[in-house]
Amino acid sequence: MNILWFQSGGCSGCTLSFLGLEEMDLIEWSRSMQLNWLWHPSLTEHSGSETQAMLDAVLKDEIKLDIFCLEGSVIMGPKGSGRFHMLAGTETPAKELIERLSEKADYVLAVGTCAAFGGITASPPNTVEATGLQYDQNFAGSLLPTNFKSRAGLPVINISGCPVHPGWVAETIGLIRFQKLKTEHLDPYNRPRFYADKLVHHGCSRNEYYEYKASAVKPSDLGCMMEHMGCVGTVAHADCNERPWNGNGSCTKGGYPCVDCTSPDFGHLNHSYQETPKIGNIPVGLPSDMPKAWFIALSTLAKSATPKRLKINAISERIEISPEIKRKKL
Amino acid sequence: MSKIIIGPFNRVEGDLEVQLEIEAQKVTSARVNSTLFRGFESMLQGRPLGDALVYAPRICGICSVSQSVAAAQALSQIYGISPPENGQRAINLMLANENAADLLTHFYLFFMPDFARGIYKDRTWFSDSQKRFKAMQGVSSARAIEARSHWLKMMGTLAGHWPHTLAIQPGGCSRSLNDAEVMQMLLYAQKLRHFLENSLLHDKLENFLALENEADLQSWQQQHADSDLGLFIAIATDLSLHELGKSDALLMSYGSFPESNGQRLIPSGVYRNGEFHLLNPSHIQEDISHANYQGDIHSSPWHQAQMPLLDNPDAYSWCKAPRLKGEVAETGSLARQVMAKQPLILDLIQRYGSCVYSRILARTLELVKLTVQVESWLQQGFSETGHFFTEPGDIVHQRGVGLIEAARGSLGHWLEVKNNRIYSYQIIAPTTWNFSPRDQQNTPGALEKALENTPLYDGETDPVNVQHIVRSFDPCMVCTVH
Repeated sequence: MNILWFQSGGCSGCTLSFLGLEEMDLIEWSRSMQLNWLWHPSLTEHSGSETQAMLDAVLKDEIKLDIFCLEGSVIMGPKGSGRFHMLAGTETPAKELIERLSEKADYVLAVGTCAAFGGITASPPNTVEATGLQYDQNFAGSLLPTNFKSRAGLPVINISGCPVHPGWVAETIGLIRFQKLKTEHLDPYNRPRFYADKLVHHGCSRNEYYEYKASAVKPSDLGCMMEHMGCVGTVAHADCNERPWNGNGSCTKGGYPCVDCTSPDFGHLNHSYQETPKIGNIPVGLPSDMPKAWFIALSTLAKSATPKRLKINAISERIEISPEIKRKKL
Repeated sequence: MSKIIIGPFNRVEGDLEVQLEIEAQKVTSARVNSTLFRGFESMLQGRPLGDALVYAPRICGICSVSQSVAAAQALSQIYGISPPENGQRAINLMLANENAADLLTHFYLFFMPDFARGIYKDRTWFSDSQKRFKAMQGVSSARAIEARSHWLKMMGTLAGHWPHTLAIQPGGCSRSLNDAEVMQMLLYAQKLRHFLENSLLHDKLENFLALENEADLQSWQQQHADSDLGLFIAIATDLSLHELGKSDALLMSYGSFPESNGQRLIPSGVYRNGEFHLLNPSHIQEDISHANYQGDIHSSPWHQAQMPLLDNPDAYSWCKAPRLKGEVAETGSLARQVMAKQPLILDLIQRYGSCVYSRILARTLELVKLTVQVESWLQQGFSETGHFFTEPGDIVHQRGVGLIEAARGSLGHWLEVKNNRIYSYQIIAPTTWNFSPRDQQNTPGALEKALENTPLYDGETDPVNVQHIVRSFDPCMVCTVH
């Protein structure tokens, strides 16, 4: 399969994250997936005129394009001209090339939140008029229209995340390679369900603190970061605490809040990312699928039952009180 | 005289276009253009202070931790605090991990594949180079990718993940580490050591670090000709890479890796014509005479223009032209190792100046040094009673500056606060220095100068020597223009 990975208004972070695929080095993986990279930002050889000739050949249908990956937002500005990102060596705005390549590809992948929804590059004031490929934040229809389908009949597949997890990309491409990816495997924002139907909260190593509402008050504390620190892991769609990052990591394991980087709203928060907005003492955000009254009732009950161990450890850098060892009576 | 425009470039982290004027098979003049603008500085204006830590790493996905460290350092000055010893060590480990990963990636994936191009098919070393470094095929390159992902597992432990962590805070590190985790990380470090010893050097890291001059290096090469670096040195000799891509800019380092004794592992300073000078950061200014921005042509980072302007006929890049008291500066591993007075690199700079050969050797040496340093920090571990984080109190200063060293060189963040919000934010990245356009005096930037006099081969459309020189700086274009 011929695959082309193009970067526009982004930071290269998704390319570099994907390069860290742990199951197999990317060269061996490409071989085993029978992928032929027409262009990869960090790996392929050619530049300049050779690259331009390759792009021409794809646009003239002389080279088949099986998978087109876009990383980074589409840059529309100024005034819709796209001149804030010109394809180097040409007089072509990148957005024109992106549109034409999307029409040639069997599958179109928006890799990362910028390409999917606009992401941090589209953050206000959005001077560059950045947008996602088929979505502008949570509105369908941007560079590509709402009804766009790639040649294989699917909309743009939005592998959102800032950065993307290498496994999300590798598995999506694997599913395409074995013709197992269908429209019903995508969620309402066209994110692959295999990771987007999970919540960051699932498998969070701070769950015991969450259960008893034993909360962290500052970075480096061990407690749950939902109440004060801005963590939205209970509503964020991703499997980050079930599928480890770089060996054994995740945001919450790293001691900082989940900022919901897979969401169409990422980059558009109107309050501090590291503080939980509250009315009175009550956090404004709530876990998914839960009536507010129940949550408040359960939280109040849990708080009154918080063991001392969790209360103390929640606001400490290290475990101060160890769990009690239950001894069986002989 | 003829003119050519080269672009897009691969393996340079982002968007780059180079315009060349050529006469008699030689480059007479070069213009370097960064073709993408995103506008991070205006995104940060008016936001809560802590949000700088969410935005800054996303300026660049390859220098992500470096951007975080610069932002956290600027914020720490605003709060008048500094990280406790454990926290600083954790941050040093993260920065060293990222720098080393970048240096490794550069050598194996970005730089060396150009020596496996068809144009070199008649060279004696070609088949060996192809076997090791050919894009998408090289055996050594594949192993380097594997070594890189193992090495980055240290980031999973230290930083939650890489890139784009929020673990680096003005008060230190958001994650405390215990001795067992340190033992785990030591294995990741030793795994990189094994790769470097078995593939890059075919020798102990310490033996390589003991080389003192070019003569030592050449005799080392004779004994380790079958290593990846041995092959590079052979290629460099054959192609005279010590004569290619010469820059006469001064070398600059902001200094890096503060230690508990108040010293920094890499000192800050300036090296000009064989002499060392102190660096005065207030001499840093940016010139926008040839960049697509509106505002004063020449001003300090505190008053810099950030609004785009597309109808300046002199402008050709989104990169501004930073200058140190009007002078062009080159930054990166070479500048750092010269500033650290590393004997081998000092000898190379005195012999050949800044050129493709000395830049690559300095990077390789730094990769080896960082690996040993990370092992040493991990063996020392963390204080069992010390803290990783100090809580910031009130804002005590309206301005803070983060001056640090990313893999590619000196990175600065200038942050001003008003009414508890970010009032202005200015970023000058390493490649902004190295790939700067001309300034008001029409003085070319470091790469533009280094490209002058480059010899070209017959009939080339995308001259390979230009590619070597461009990549010898390890450009990061996304950082450059942000």
